[in-house]
Amino acid sequence: MDALNAIVLLSNFVLLPAVSYGSQLALGALGITLIYGILRFSHFAHGDVMAFATMAVILVTWWLQGMGVSIDPLPTALLALPFGIAITALLLLGTDRAVYRFYRKVRAAPIVVVMASLGVMFVLNGLVRLIIGPDDQHFADGARFLFTVREFREFTGLDEGIGLRVSQLITIVVTLVVVAALFWFLNRTRSGKSMRAFSDNEDLALLSGINPERVVTVTWLIVAVLVTVAGTLYGLDKSFKPFTYFQLLLPMFASAILGGLGNPLGAVAGAYVIALSEVGVTYAFRKFLQYLLPENLEPSGLAQLLSTDYKFAVSFVLLVLVLLFRPTGLFRGQSI
Amino acid sequence: MIRVENLHKHFGGFHAVDGASLNISEGSITGLIGPNGAGKTTLFNVIAGVLKPTSGHVFMAGEDITGLEPHELFHKGLLRTFQIAHEFHSMTVRENLMMVPPRQAGEGLMSAWFQRARVRHEDEEIRRRANEVLEFLTIDHIADEKAGQISGGQKKLLELGRTMMTDARIVFLDEVGAGVNRTLLNTIADAIVRLNKERGYTFVVIEHDMDFIGRICDPVICMAEGKVLAQGSLDEIKANEQVIEAYLGTGLKNKVTAEGGHV
Repeated sequence: MDALNAIVLLSNFVLLPAVSYGSQLALGALGITLIYGILRFSHFAHGDVMAFATMAVILVTWWLQGMGVSIDPLPTALLALPFGIAITALLLLGTDRAVYRFYRKVRAAPIVVVMASLGVMFVLNGLVRLIIGPDDQHFADGARFLFTVREFREFTGLDEGIGLRVSQLITIVVTLVVVAALFWFLNRTRSGKSMRAFSDNEDLALLSGINPERVVTVTWLIVAVLVTVAGTLYGLDKSFKPFTYFQLLLPMFASAILGGLGNPLGAVAGAYVIALSEVGVTYAFRKFLQYLLPENLEPSGLAQLLSTDYKFAVSFVLLVLVLLFRPTGLFRGQSI
Repeated sequence: MIRVENLHKHFGGFHAVDGASLNISEGSITGLIGPNGAGKTTLFNVIAGVLKPTSGHVFMAGEDITGLEPHELFHKGLLRTFQIAHEFHSMTVRENLMMVPPRQAGEGLMSAWFQRARVRHEDEEIRRRANEVLEFLTIDHIADEKAGQISGGQKKLLELGRTMMTDARIVFLDEVGAGVNRTLLNTIADAIVRLNKERGYTFVVIEHDMDFIGRICDPVICMAEGKVLAQGSLDEIKANEQVIEAYLGTGLKNKVTAEGGHV
Protein backbone atom coordinates (compact mmCIF):
# COMPACT_ATOMS: atom_id res chain seq x y z
CA MET A 1 0.00 0.00 0.00
CA ASP A 2 2.83 2.35 0.90
CA ALA A 3 4.57 1.64 -2.37
CA LEU A 4 1.36 2.36 -4.27
CA ASN A 5 0.94 5.60 -2.38
CA ALA A 6 4.50 6.56 -3.22
CA ILE A 7 3.96 5.91 -6.92
CA VAL A 8 0.72 7.88 -6.98
CA LEU A 9 2.39 10.74 -5.14
CA LEU A 10 5.26 10.79 -7.61
CA SER A 11 2.90 10.59 -10.58
CA ASN A 12 0.91 13.55 -9.36
CA PHE A 13 3.79 15.84 -8.51
CA VAL A 14 6.58 14.76 -10.89
CA LEU A 15 5.50 12.55 -13.77
CA LEU A 16 2.31 14.27 -14.83
CA PRO A 17 3.69 17.83 -14.65
CA ALA A 18 6.91 16.71 -16.36
CA VAL A 19 5.08 14.98 -19.20
CA SER A 20 2.85 17.95 -19.91
CA TYR A 21 5.70 20.47 -19.56
CA GLY A 22 7.87 18.17 -21.68
CA SER A 23 5.20 18.05 -24.37
CA GLN A 24 5.08 21.83 -24.52
CA LEU A 25 8.87 21.99 -24.72
CA ALA A 26 8.90 19.28 -27.38
CA LEU A 27 6.69 21.27 -29.70
CA GLY A 28 8.88 24.32 -29.21
CA ALA A 29 12.10 22.36 -29.66
CA LEU A 30 10.76 20.75 -32.84
CA GLY A 31 10.37 24.22 -34.34
CA ILE A 32 13.93 25.14 -33.38
CA THR A 33 15.34 21.93 -34.77
CA LEU A 34 13.46 22.24 -38.07
CA ILE A 35 14.66 25.80 -38.56
CA TYR A 36 18.20 24.73 -37.73
CA GLY A 37 18.08 21.76 -40.10
CA ILE A 38 16.58 23.58 -43.05
CA LEU A 39 17.35 27.27 -42.73
CA ARG A 40 20.61 26.50 -40.97
CA PHE A 41 20.54 28.99 -38.15
CA SER A 42 19.61 29.04 -34.47
CA HIS A 43 16.31 30.85 -34.22
CA PHE A 44 16.75 33.02 -31.13
CA ALA A 45 13.41 34.72 -31.65
CA HIS A 46 11.62 31.44 -31.00
CA GLY A 47 10.51 32.28 -27.45
CA ASP A 48 9.14 35.65 -28.47
CA VAL A 49 7.48 34.28 -31.58
CA MET A 50 5.81 31.88 -29.18
CA ALA A 51 4.70 34.81 -27.02
CA PHE A 52 3.36 36.61 -30.09
CA ALA A 53 1.50 33.50 -31.26
CA THR A 54 -0.05 32.96 -27.84
CA MET A 55 -1.01 36.61 -27.68
CA ALA A 56 -2.79 36.24 -31.00
CA VAL A 57 -4.67 33.21 -29.65
CA ILE A 58 -5.57 35.08 -26.45
CA LEU A 59 -6.93 38.09 -28.34
CA VAL A 60 -9.06 35.87 -30.58
CA THR A 61 -10.18 33.91 -27.49
CA TRP A 62 -11.33 37.09 -25.77
CA TRP A 63 -13.15 38.14 -28.91
CA LEU A 64 -14.86 34.75 -29.14
CA GLN A 65 -15.77 34.89 -25.44
CA GLY A 66 -17.18 38.38 -26.02
CA MET A 67 -19.35 36.98 -28.80
CA GLY A 68 -20.60 34.35 -26.39
CA VAL A 69 -18.96 31.46 -28.27
CA SER A 70 -17.98 28.53 -26.04
CA ILE A 71 -17.10 24.87 -26.40
CA ASP A 72 -17.44 24.06 -22.69
CA PRO A 73 -15.95 21.96 -21.08
CA LEU A 74 -13.03 22.53 -23.47
CA PRO A 75 -11.28 25.91 -23.34
CA THR A 76 -12.33 28.45 -25.97
CA ALA A 77 -8.63 28.89 -26.82
CA LEU A 78 -8.73 25.63 -28.80
CA LEU A 79 -11.26 27.25 -31.10
CA ALA A 80 -9.01 30.29 -31.45
CA LEU A 81 -5.97 28.14 -32.28
CA PRO A 82 -6.42 28.07 -36.08
CA PHE A 83 -6.73 31.87 -36.15
CA GLY A 84 -3.59 32.17 -34.03
CA ILE A 85 -1.72 29.82 -36.36
CA ALA A 86 -2.77 31.86 -39.40
CA ILE A 87 -1.65 35.13 -37.79
CA THR A 88 1.66 33.59 -36.69
CA ALA A 89 2.23 32.15 -40.15
CA LEU A 90 1.81 35.64 -41.59
CA LEU A 91 4.25 37.03 -39.04
CA LEU A 92 6.87 34.35 -39.74
CA LEU A 93 6.58 34.60 -43.52
CA GLY A 94 6.69 38.38 -43.15
CA THR A 95 9.91 38.35 -41.11
CA ASP A 96 11.36 35.86 -43.56
CA ARG A 97 10.62 38.20 -46.43
CA ALA A 98 11.81 41.28 -44.60
CA VAL A 99 14.87 39.87 -42.84
CA TYR A 100 16.04 36.29 -43.42
CA ARG A 101 15.58 36.07 -47.18
CA PHE A 102 18.16 38.76 -47.74
CA TYR A 103 20.75 36.81 -45.76
CA ARG A 104 19.94 33.65 -47.70
CA LYS A 105 20.44 35.50 -50.98
CA VAL A 106 23.87 36.77 -50.01
CA ARG A 107 24.70 33.40 -48.43
CA ALA A 108 25.58 35.05 -45.13
CA ALA A 109 27.41 33.11 -42.40
CA PRO A 110 25.02 31.40 -39.96
CA ILE A 111 26.17 33.59 -37.06
CA VAL A 112 25.06 36.69 -38.98
CA VAL A 113 21.58 35.24 -39.38
CA VAL A 114 21.52 34.27 -35.70
CA MET A 115 22.25 37.89 -34.81
CA ALA A 116 19.48 39.00 -37.17
CA SER A 117 17.09 36.66 -35.34
CA LEU A 118 18.25 38.25 -32.08
CA GLY A 119 17.14 41.57 -33.54
CA VAL A 120 13.79 40.08 -34.53
CA MET A 121 13.54 38.82 -30.96
CA PHE A 122 13.91 42.33 -29.51
CA VAL A 123 11.36 43.77 -31.93
CA LEU A 124 8.77 41.07 -31.13
CA ASN A 125 9.58 41.43 -27.45
CA GLY A 126 8.53 45.07 -27.59
CA LEU A 127 5.60 44.46 -29.93
CA VAL A 128 3.99 41.89 -27.64
CA ARG A 129 4.37 44.11 -24.56
CA LEU A 130 2.98 47.04 -26.53
CA ILE A 131 -0.14 45.14 -27.57
CA ILE A 132 -1.00 43.02 -24.55
CA GLY A 133 1.24 44.42 -21.81
CA PRO A 134 3.90 42.73 -19.68
CA ASP A 135 1.53 41.23 -17.10
CA ASP A 136 0.05 37.82 -16.49
CA GLN A 137 -3.01 37.04 -18.61
CA HIS A 138 -5.45 34.26 -17.85
CA PHE A 139 -7.46 32.96 -20.72
CA ALA A 140 -8.26 29.39 -19.70
CA ASP A 141 -11.95 28.68 -19.32
CA GLY A 142 -14.09 25.54 -19.36
CA ALA A 143 -13.66 22.74 -16.84
CA ARG A 144 -10.53 22.87 -14.64
CA PHE A 145 -10.21 19.22 -13.64
CA LEU A 146 -11.08 15.96 -15.26
CA PHE A 147 -10.86 14.51 -11.75
CA THR A 148 -9.39 16.06 -8.61
CA VAL A 149 -7.04 14.61 -6.01
CA ARG A 150 -9.93 14.21 -3.57
CA GLU A 151 -12.09 12.39 -6.13
CA PHE A 152 -9.20 10.09 -6.94
CA ARG A 153 -8.63 9.38 -3.24
CA GLU A 154 -12.27 8.64 -2.58
CA PHE A 155 -12.47 6.43 -5.63
CA THR A 156 -9.36 4.37 -4.89
CA GLY A 157 -9.21 4.59 -1.10
CA LEU A 158 -5.53 5.53 -1.16
CA ASP A 159 -3.99 8.22 1.05
CA GLU A 160 -2.50 10.02 -1.92
CA GLY A 161 -4.22 11.03 -5.11
CA ILE A 162 -3.73 12.21 -8.68
CA GLY A 163 -5.51 15.25 -9.99
CA LEU A 164 -5.71 15.38 -13.77
CA ARG A 165 -6.23 18.89 -15.07
CA VAL A 166 -8.04 19.34 -18.35
CA SER A 167 -5.14 21.45 -19.59
CA GLN A 168 -2.72 18.58 -18.95
CA LEU A 169 -4.88 16.09 -20.79
CA ILE A 170 -5.31 18.50 -23.72
CA THR A 171 -1.56 19.10 -23.79
CA ILE A 172 -0.76 15.42 -23.99
CA VAL A 173 -3.43 14.57 -26.56
CA VAL A 174 -2.73 17.57 -28.80
CA THR A 175 1.04 16.96 -28.67
CA LEU A 176 0.57 13.33 -29.67
CA VAL A 177 -1.59 14.35 -32.62
CA VAL A 178 0.71 17.16 -33.78
CA VAL A 179 3.93 15.12 -33.44
CA ALA A 180 2.39 12.11 -35.20
CA ALA A 181 1.18 14.35 -38.04
CA LEU A 182 4.60 15.98 -38.33
CA PHE A 183 6.46 12.68 -38.53
CA TRP A 184 3.97 11.36 -41.04
CA PHE A 185 4.52 14.50 -43.08
CA LEU A 186 8.33 14.32 -42.93
CA ASN A 187 8.57 10.62 -43.71
CA ARG A 188 5.69 9.93 -46.01
CA THR A 189 4.96 12.96 -48.16
CA ARG A 190 6.97 14.31 -51.01
CA SER A 191 7.09 17.79 -49.45
CA GLY A 192 8.37 16.34 -46.20
CA LYS A 193 11.00 14.32 -48.01
CA SER A 194 12.08 17.43 -49.89
CA MET A 195 12.58 19.09 -46.51
CA ARG A 196 14.65 16.17 -45.24
CA ALA A 197 16.63 16.15 -48.49
CA PHE A 198 17.26 19.87 -48.14
CA SER A 199 18.40 19.36 -44.56
CA ASP A 200 20.69 16.45 -45.56
CA ASN A 201 22.45 18.09 -48.47
CA GLU A 202 21.45 21.52 -49.67
CA ASP A 203 23.57 21.55 -52.84
CA LEU A 204 22.29 18.24 -54.05
CA ALA A 205 18.71 19.21 -53.21
CA LEU A 206 19.02 22.33 -55.36
CA LEU A 207 20.46 20.31 -58.24
CA SER A 208 17.68 17.75 -57.86
CA GLY A 209 15.13 20.36 -58.76
CA ILE A 210 13.91 21.12 -55.24
CA ASN A 211 12.79 24.73 -55.06
CA PRO A 212 14.46 26.21 -51.97
CA GLU A 213 11.93 29.00 -51.47
CA ARG A 214 9.13 26.45 -51.41
CA VAL A 215 10.90 24.35 -48.82
CA VAL A 216 11.54 27.46 -46.73
CA THR A 217 7.89 28.53 -46.93
CA VAL A 218 6.62 25.10 -45.92
CA THR A 219 9.10 25.08 -43.03
CA TRP A 220 7.84 28.41 -41.67
CA LEU A 221 4.24 27.24 -41.98
CA ILE A 222 5.01 24.12 -39.95
CA VAL A 223 6.92 26.20 -37.40
CA ALA A 224 3.88 28.48 -37.11
CA VAL A 225 1.69 25.50 -36.22
CA LEU A 226 4.21 24.09 -33.73
CA VAL A 227 4.98 27.35 -31.98
CA THR A 228 1.35 28.46 -31.67
CA VAL A 229 0.21 25.12 -30.32
CA ALA A 230 3.16 24.97 -27.89
CA GLY A 231 2.59 28.50 -26.61
CA THR A 232 -1.15 28.07 -26.21
CA LEU A 233 -0.78 24.77 -24.35
CA TYR A 234 1.79 26.28 -22.03
CA GLY A 235 -0.46 29.29 -21.43
CA LEU A 236 -3.47 27.11 -20.67
CA ASP A 237 -1.45 24.91 -18.34
CA LYS A 238 0.25 27.75 -16.46
CA SER A 239 -0.44 31.31 -17.51
CA PHE A 240 0.66 33.72 -20.19
CA LYS A 241 3.37 36.23 -19.41
CA PRO A 242 5.70 37.52 -22.16
CA PHE A 243 8.82 37.27 -19.98
CA THR A 244 8.13 33.63 -19.09
CA TYR A 245 7.93 32.80 -22.77
CA PHE A 246 11.22 34.52 -23.43
CA GLN A 247 12.72 32.41 -20.63
CA LEU A 248 11.46 29.22 -22.28
CA LEU A 249 14.07 29.82 -24.98
CA LEU A 250 16.74 28.17 -22.83
CA PRO A 251 15.00 24.86 -22.06
CA MET A 252 13.75 24.68 -25.65
CA PHE A 253 17.24 25.10 -27.08
CA ALA A 254 18.62 22.73 -24.48
CA SER A 255 16.06 20.13 -25.60
CA ALA A 256 16.89 20.54 -29.27
CA ILE A 257 20.65 20.39 -28.64
CA LEU A 258 20.35 17.52 -26.19
CA GLY A 259 18.51 15.45 -28.79
CA GLY A 260 20.80 16.51 -31.63
CA LEU A 261 20.08 19.72 -33.54
CA GLY A 262 18.31 19.09 -36.82
CA ASN A 263 16.92 15.76 -35.62
CA PRO A 264 13.15 15.95 -34.92
CA LEU A 265 13.00 12.71 -32.95
CA GLY A 266 15.89 13.94 -30.81
CA ALA A 267 14.10 17.21 -30.06
CA VAL A 268 11.11 15.34 -28.64
CA ALA A 269 13.26 12.99 -26.56
CA GLY A 270 15.43 15.89 -25.37
CA ALA A 271 12.38 17.85 -24.28
CA TYR A 272 11.14 15.06 -22.02
CA VAL A 273 14.61 14.57 -20.53
CA ILE A 274 14.88 18.28 -19.75
CA ALA A 275 11.36 18.47 -18.32
CA LEU A 276 11.77 15.40 -16.16
CA SER A 277 15.13 16.63 -14.84
CA GLU A 278 13.80 20.11 -14.15
CA VAL A 279 10.76 18.88 -12.24
CA GLY A 280 12.60 16.00 -10.58
CA VAL A 281 15.55 18.00 -9.33
CA THR A 282 13.35 20.69 -7.81
CA TYR A 283 10.84 18.31 -6.19
CA ALA A 284 10.94 17.68 -2.43
CA PHE A 285 11.10 13.90 -2.09
CA ARG A 286 10.53 13.77 1.70
CA LYS A 287 6.99 12.43 1.63
CA PHE A 288 7.86 10.01 -1.16
CA LEU A 289 10.72 8.60 0.92
CA GLN A 290 8.56 8.42 4.02
CA TYR A 291 6.35 5.94 2.25
CA LEU A 292 9.21 3.76 1.11
CA LEU A 293 11.80 3.86 3.88
CA PRO A 294 11.56 2.40 7.39
CA GLU A 295 10.90 5.03 10.06
CA ASN A 296 14.45 5.24 11.38
CA LEU A 297 15.81 6.06 7.91
CA GLU A 298 13.30 8.76 7.07
CA PRO A 299 14.93 12.02 5.97
CA SER A 300 14.65 14.92 8.35
CA GLY A 301 14.95 17.55 5.59
CA LEU A 302 12.89 18.12 2.46
CA ALA A 303 15.09 15.86 0.33
CA GLN A 304 14.96 18.50 -2.40
CA LEU A 305 18.08 18.78 -4.53
CA LEU A 306 17.57 22.36 -5.71
CA SER A 307 15.16 25.13 -4.88
CA THR A 308 12.69 25.83 -7.70
CA ASP A 309 14.43 29.18 -8.24
CA TYR A 310 17.23 27.20 -9.85
CA LYS A 311 15.17 25.23 -12.34
CA PHE A 312 16.75 27.00 -15.30
CA ALA A 313 20.16 25.87 -14.07
CA VAL A 314 19.08 22.31 -14.89
CA SER A 315 18.82 23.07 -18.60
CA PHE A 316 22.16 24.83 -18.45
CA VAL A 317 23.93 21.95 -16.77
CA LEU A 318 22.49 19.37 -19.17
CA LEU A 319 23.39 21.64 -22.08
CA VAL A 320 26.99 21.93 -20.93
CA LEU A 321 27.27 18.20 -20.31
CA VAL A 322 25.99 17.36 -23.78
CA LEU A 323 28.26 19.89 -25.46
CA LEU A 324 31.23 18.49 -23.56
CA PHE A 325 30.65 14.79 -24.02
CA ARG A 326 28.48 14.36 -27.08
CA PRO A 327 28.34 17.54 -29.17
CA THR A 328 26.14 15.95 -31.83
CA GLY A 329 23.45 15.23 -29.24
CA LEU A 330 21.89 11.97 -28.12
CA PHE A 331 20.41 11.22 -31.54
CA ARG A 332 23.29 12.43 -33.70
CA GLY A 333 22.06 15.67 -35.18
CA GLN A 334 24.34 18.03 -37.03
CA SER A 335 27.19 18.98 -34.73
CA ILE A 336 27.30 22.61 -33.73
CA MET B 1 22.90 22.30 -77.33
CA ILE B 2 25.02 24.34 -74.95
CA ARG B 3 26.91 27.40 -76.08
CA VAL B 4 29.23 29.20 -73.66
CA GLU B 5 30.31 32.67 -74.71
CA ASN B 6 33.32 34.44 -73.27
CA LEU B 7 32.58 33.26 -69.74
CA HIS B 8 34.45 34.78 -66.79
CA LYS B 9 34.28 33.76 -63.16
CA HIS B 10 36.54 35.63 -60.79
CA PHE B 11 37.02 34.92 -57.09
CA GLY B 12 38.55 38.17 -55.91
CA GLY B 13 41.72 38.49 -57.95
CA PHE B 14 41.74 34.85 -58.99
CA HIS B 15 40.32 34.19 -62.45
CA ALA B 16 39.05 30.61 -62.23
CA VAL B 17 37.33 30.83 -65.59
CA ASP B 18 38.91 33.42 -67.79
CA GLY B 19 37.08 33.97 -71.04
CA ALA B 20 36.06 30.43 -71.91
CA SER B 21 33.97 29.87 -75.05
CA LEU B 22 32.80 26.50 -76.24
CA ASN B 23 30.07 24.59 -78.03
CA ILE B 24 28.57 21.29 -77.01
CA SER B 25 26.58 19.65 -79.75
CA GLU B 26 23.41 17.72 -79.13
CA GLY B 27 23.77 13.97 -78.70
CA SER B 28 27.49 14.06 -78.13
CA ILE B 29 29.56 12.74 -75.25
CA THR B 30 32.03 15.55 -74.81
CA GLY B 31 35.11 15.04 -72.70
CA LEU B 32 36.48 17.96 -70.70
CA ILE B 33 40.10 17.56 -69.72
CA GLY B 34 42.78 19.80 -68.31
CA PRO B 35 45.23 20.09 -65.42
CA ASN B 36 43.99 20.53 -61.85
CA GLY B 37 42.87 24.10 -61.32
CA ALA B 38 42.11 24.61 -65.01
CA GLY B 39 38.60 25.82 -64.13
CA LYS B 40 36.67 22.74 -65.28
CA THR B 41 34.59 22.34 -62.15
CA THR B 42 34.02 26.09 -61.84
CA LEU B 43 32.79 26.08 -65.44
CA PHE B 44 30.38 23.27 -64.51
CA ASN B 45 29.21 25.19 -61.48
CA VAL B 46 28.53 28.32 -63.51
CA ILE B 47 26.67 26.40 -66.22
CA ALA B 48 24.63 24.50 -63.63
CA GLY B 49 23.68 27.72 -61.86
CA VAL B 50 25.50 27.04 -58.60
CA LEU B 51 27.76 30.05 -59.18
CA LYS B 52 26.87 33.29 -60.89
CA PRO B 53 29.32 34.24 -63.67
CA THR B 54 31.27 37.49 -63.40
CA SER B 55 30.52 38.07 -67.07
CA GLY B 56 29.65 36.14 -70.20
CA HIS B 57 26.68 34.04 -71.24
CA VAL B 58 25.47 30.47 -71.34
CA PHE B 59 22.87 29.38 -73.89
CA MET B 60 20.93 26.17 -73.93
CA ALA B 61 19.24 25.34 -77.22
CA GLY B 62 19.42 29.01 -78.14
CA GLU B 63 17.87 30.23 -74.88
CA ASP B 64 19.92 32.39 -72.54
CA ILE B 65 20.14 30.44 -69.26
CA THR B 66 22.84 32.57 -67.61
CA GLY B 67 22.21 33.02 -63.90
CA LEU B 68 19.17 30.75 -63.61
CA GLU B 69 18.82 28.90 -60.31
CA PRO B 70 19.91 25.22 -60.18
CA HIS B 71 16.38 23.96 -59.60
CA GLU B 72 15.12 25.91 -62.62
CA LEU B 73 17.85 24.41 -64.80
CA PHE B 74 16.95 20.96 -63.49
CA HIS B 75 13.44 21.42 -64.80
CA LYS B 76 14.88 22.36 -68.21
CA GLY B 77 16.66 19.00 -68.23
CA LEU B 78 20.15 20.16 -67.22
CA LEU B 79 21.68 17.91 -64.56
CA ARG B 80 25.08 17.60 -62.98
CA THR B 81 26.90 15.28 -60.63
CA PHE B 82 29.60 16.18 -58.13
CA GLN B 83 33.31 15.51 -58.10
CA ILE B 84 32.90 14.35 -54.50
CA ALA B 85 29.74 12.28 -54.54
CA HIS B 86 26.79 13.90 -52.77
CA GLU B 87 23.89 11.99 -51.31
CA PHE B 88 20.97 12.45 -48.94
CA HIS B 89 22.72 10.55 -46.19
CA SER B 90 19.76 9.87 -43.91
CA MET B 91 17.69 8.33 -46.71
CA THR B 92 18.04 4.91 -48.26
CA VAL B 93 19.61 4.45 -51.69
CA ARG B 94 16.19 3.83 -53.22
CA GLU B 95 14.72 6.90 -51.53
CA ASN B 96 17.61 8.93 -52.90
CA LEU B 97 16.61 7.93 -56.40
CA MET B 98 12.93 8.45 -55.69
CA MET B 99 13.60 12.06 -54.70
CA VAL B 100 14.55 12.98 -58.25
CA PRO B 101 11.53 12.82 -60.58
CA PRO B 102 10.07 16.33 -60.75
CA ARG B 103 6.43 17.38 -60.40
CA GLN B 104 5.27 14.43 -58.34
CA ALA B 105 1.67 14.57 -57.22
CA GLY B 106 2.70 14.20 -53.57
CA GLU B 107 4.57 17.48 -53.85
CA GLY B 108 1.52 19.63 -53.19
CA LEU B 109 0.37 19.82 -49.59
CA MET B 110 -3.23 19.54 -50.69
CA SER B 111 -2.83 16.57 -53.02
CA ALA B 112 -0.80 14.74 -50.38
CA TRP B 113 -3.91 14.80 -48.22
CA PHE B 114 -6.73 14.55 -50.71
CA GLN B 115 -5.43 12.51 -53.62
CA ARG B 116 -3.96 9.63 -51.73
CA ALA B 117 -4.79 7.07 -54.41
CA ARG B 118 -3.13 9.04 -57.17
CA VAL B 119 -0.07 9.74 -55.03
CA ARG B 120 0.28 6.09 -54.09
CA HIS B 121 -0.09 5.00 -57.71
CA GLU B 122 2.58 7.43 -58.82
CA ASP B 123 4.81 6.39 -55.95
CA GLU B 124 4.63 2.77 -57.11
CA GLU B 125 5.56 3.85 -60.63
CA ILE B 126 8.60 5.79 -59.39
CA ARG B 127 9.62 2.94 -57.12
CA ARG B 128 9.51 0.56 -60.08
CA ARG B 129 11.69 2.95 -62.08
CA ALA B 130 14.13 3.27 -59.18
CA ASN B 131 14.39 -0.52 -58.98
CA GLU B 132 15.13 -0.71 -62.71
CA VAL B 133 17.87 1.88 -62.37
CA LEU B 134 19.37 0.05 -59.39
CA GLU B 135 19.41 -3.17 -61.36
CA PHE B 136 20.91 -1.47 -64.40
CA LEU B 137 23.73 -0.11 -62.24
CA THR B 138 24.14 -3.45 -60.44
CA ILE B 139 23.53 -1.92 -57.01
CA ASP B 140 20.07 -3.35 -56.35
CA HIS B 141 21.42 -5.28 -53.36
CA ILE B 142 22.02 -2.06 -51.41
CA ALA B 143 18.64 -0.47 -52.20
CA ASP B 144 17.58 -0.28 -48.57
CA GLU B 145 20.92 0.78 -47.07
CA LYS B 146 21.29 4.33 -45.79
CA ALA B 147 23.04 6.27 -48.55
CA GLY B 148 25.47 7.78 -46.04
CA GLN B 149 26.92 4.34 -45.39
CA ILE B 150 27.61 2.96 -48.87
CA SER B 151 31.08 2.99 -50.44
CA GLY B 152 32.52 5.84 -52.48
CA GLY B 153 32.24 3.92 -55.74
CA GLN B 154 28.65 3.02 -55.03
CA LYS B 155 27.92 6.68 -54.34
CA LYS B 156 29.29 7.48 -57.79
CA LEU B 157 26.90 4.97 -59.31
CA LEU B 158 24.10 6.49 -57.27
CA GLU B 159 24.98 9.90 -58.73
CA LEU B 160 24.69 8.47 -62.22
CA GLY B 161 21.49 6.68 -61.25
CA ARG B 162 19.98 9.97 -60.19
CA THR B 163 20.34 11.30 -63.74
CA MET B 164 18.45 8.25 -65.02
CA MET B 165 15.41 8.94 -62.88
CA THR B 166 14.29 11.90 -64.94
CA ASP B 167 14.22 12.84 -68.60
CA ALA B 168 17.43 14.79 -68.74
CA ARG B 169 18.62 16.47 -71.91
CA ILE B 170 22.16 17.18 -70.88
CA VAL B 171 24.15 15.75 -68.01
CA PHE B 172 27.40 17.13 -66.63
CA LEU B 173 29.50 14.45 -64.96
CA ASP B 174 32.28 15.72 -62.73
CA GLU B 175 35.04 13.10 -62.42
CA VAL B 176 32.59 10.28 -62.34
CA GLY B 177 35.46 7.81 -62.41
CA ALA B 178 37.60 9.25 -59.61
CA GLY B 179 38.28 6.72 -56.88
CA VAL B 180 36.44 3.99 -58.72
CA ASN B 181 37.93 0.61 -59.62
CA ARG B 182 38.28 -0.68 -63.20
CA THR B 183 35.24 -2.93 -63.20
CA LEU B 184 33.01 -0.23 -61.80
CA LEU B 185 34.47 2.25 -64.28
CA ASN B 186 33.47 -0.05 -67.13
CA THR B 187 29.97 -0.27 -65.72
CA ILE B 188 29.81 3.50 -65.62
CA ALA B 189 31.16 3.85 -69.16
CA ASP B 190 28.61 1.33 -70.44
CA ALA B 191 25.81 3.15 -68.65
CA ILE B 192 26.83 6.49 -70.16
CA VAL B 193 27.02 5.12 -73.70
CA ARG B 194 23.71 3.34 -73.32
CA LEU B 195 21.95 6.42 -71.97
CA ASN B 196 23.41 8.43 -74.82
CA LYS B 197 22.24 5.94 -77.48
CA GLU B 198 18.89 4.87 -76.04
CA ARG B 199 17.65 8.03 -74.38
CA GLY B 200 19.52 10.64 -76.38
CA TYR B 201 21.21 12.22 -73.34
CA THR B 202 23.98 14.64 -74.15
CA PHE B 203 26.94 14.20 -71.78
CA VAL B 204 29.80 16.40 -70.75
CA VAL B 205 32.39 14.45 -68.80
CA ILE B 206 35.28 15.77 -66.73
CA GLU B 207 37.79 12.98 -66.39
CA HIS B 208 41.51 12.44 -65.93
CA ASP B 209 41.55 8.84 -67.11
CA MET B 210 42.58 9.03 -70.77
CA ASP B 211 41.47 5.47 -71.53
CA PHE B 212 38.02 6.30 -70.26
CA ILE B 213 37.95 9.52 -72.30
CA GLY B 214 39.27 7.74 -75.38
CA ARG B 215 36.69 5.02 -75.07
CA ILE B 216 33.53 7.08 -74.86
CA CYS B 217 34.23 10.75 -75.63
CA ASP B 218 34.15 12.56 -78.92
CA PRO B 219 34.92 15.40 -79.12
CA VAL B 220 37.30 16.37 -76.34
CA ILE B 221 37.81 19.88 -75.01
CA CYS B 222 41.00 20.80 -73.19
CA MET B 223 41.06 23.65 -70.69
CA ALA B 224 43.97 25.32 -68.93
CA GLU B 225 44.13 28.43 -66.75
CA GLY B 226 40.45 29.16 -67.25
CA LYS B 227 40.59 29.15 -71.02
CA VAL B 228 39.74 26.62 -73.69
CA LEU B 229 42.97 25.49 -75.33
CA ALA B 230 41.70 23.16 -77.98
CA GLN B 231 38.69 21.15 -79.10
CA GLY B 232 38.65 18.11 -81.34
CA SER B 233 38.96 14.35 -81.36
CA LEU B 234 41.22 12.83 -78.70
CA ASP B 235 43.96 12.19 -81.23
CA GLU B 236 43.90 15.78 -82.38
CA ILE B 237 44.01 16.96 -78.79
CA LYS B 238 46.91 14.67 -78.00
CA ALA B 239 48.83 16.00 -80.94
CA ASN B 240 48.20 19.63 -79.98
CA GLU B 241 51.44 21.33 -78.86
CA GLN B 242 49.72 23.65 -76.37
CA VAL B 243 47.84 20.80 -74.75
CA ILE B 244 50.96 18.72 -74.34
CA GLU B 245 52.71 21.69 -72.79
CA ALA B 246 49.91 22.45 -70.36
CA TYR B 247 48.53 19.06 -69.45
CA LEU B 248 49.73 15.86 -70.97
CA GLY B 249 53.38 16.65 -70.32
CA THR B 250 56.48 15.99 -72.36
CA GLY B 251 56.59 12.33 -71.34
CA LEU B 252 53.57 11.69 -73.47
CA LYS B 253 54.96 13.83 -76.27
CA ASN B 254 58.00 11.55 -76.49
CA LYS B 255 55.74 8.55 -76.44
CA VAL B 256 53.60 10.03 -79.20
CA THR B 257 56.64 10.72 -81.37
CA ALA B 258 58.15 7.32 -80.67
CA GLU B 259 54.99 5.48 -81.61
CA GLY B 260 54.36 7.61 -84.64
CA GLY B 261 51.38 9.54 -83.36
CA HIS B 262 49.47 6.70 -81.80
CA VAL B 263 49.09 6.02 -78.14
